[in-house]
Amino acid sequence: MEGVIQQFYLKSSILKTSLHIQSFCSFRFNKIILNGETVVAKEKGLSFSEFSKTVYKESGIAYPKFFKMDNLSKLTFLTAEVLLKNCALPSEEKEKMALVLSNRSASLDTDRKHQLSIQSKENFYPSPAVFVYTLPNIGMGEISIRHQIKGENAFFVFKEFNAKFLMQYSEALIHNKKASHVLCGWVDIEEDAYRSFMYLVSKRGTYIHSEAIINKEYQNI
Amino acid sequence: METLRQELKENIIEQLNLEDFTVDDIADDDRLFGDGLGLDSIDALELIVMLDKNYGIKLTDPKEGKEIFVSIAVLAEYIATHRTK
Repeated sequence: MEGVIQQFYLKSSILKTSLHIQSFCSFRFNKIILNGETVVAKEKGLSFSEFSKTVYKESGIAYPKFFKMDNLSKLTFLTAEVLLKNCALPSEEKEKMALVLSNRSASLDTDRKHQLSIQSKENFYPSPAVFVYTLPNIGMGEISIRHQIKGENAFFVFKEFNAKFLMQYSEALIHNKKASHVLCGWVDIEEDAYRSFMYLVSKRGTYIHSEAIINKEYQNI
Repeated sequence: METLRQELKENIIEQLNLEDFTVDDIADDDRLFGDGLGLDSIDALELIVMLDKNYGIKLTDPKEGKEIFVSIAVLAEYIATHRTK
């Protein structure tokens, strides 16, 4: 898979114009960092459910469907919400945006909850609301609905954060005119151990779109 | 019947994650779908599971759900008549 992407990237690099990162956002240890600045910091003792609920309420977001999402989707949704609110893109640019996310645990956090509901033959009550989240890419669907994003979306599962792959994939999408912007990153959760890092690749922005900068900002939380 | 209605409201709020609602916000005759509580098709499936798990009622015909999940009052009436546990 990576080889195909590299070929696609090399072909597209002939037309290459320099790309930038418009904004970064990370969630970890009950803190939110936006473009290098801590914008939210809550007590470390809060569970992810409590933390995400507090962030949702304090942000003044009116989107009741949030409470029906699984934790991976909540993390994906909130990270994108903070980042895209800061970028204030017009709706026609959002429509052409692609989403490229990745993580290590796929949807294991919710898969386990689903497994528990079907564990015993005597108490076999699978919850449809849990089952619909047993794929990691569902979080991208939630972002797309919320922000009316209609570009390509892809979710990759890696052992660890892979800045090089994300960089090449998003550059190929923009250089091949498949997208005007790419919302990229990492969203991983297993129980209360969570970490998200998203950034918006664009033709404008303060930061240069490079593997070194992506890795540096990923490590910044 | 009043106890059952109250219990249904509490269960629906908890199981369908209706964080913006309290028991007092739901009137017995409020529509559960559409303009009322705004429940969706996944919620309808959750309600079918809830009927089976909590009251021993198995709905096999989806059309039945449409008639039963009109409001708390209608749902409570149906459960009171058909419950096996």
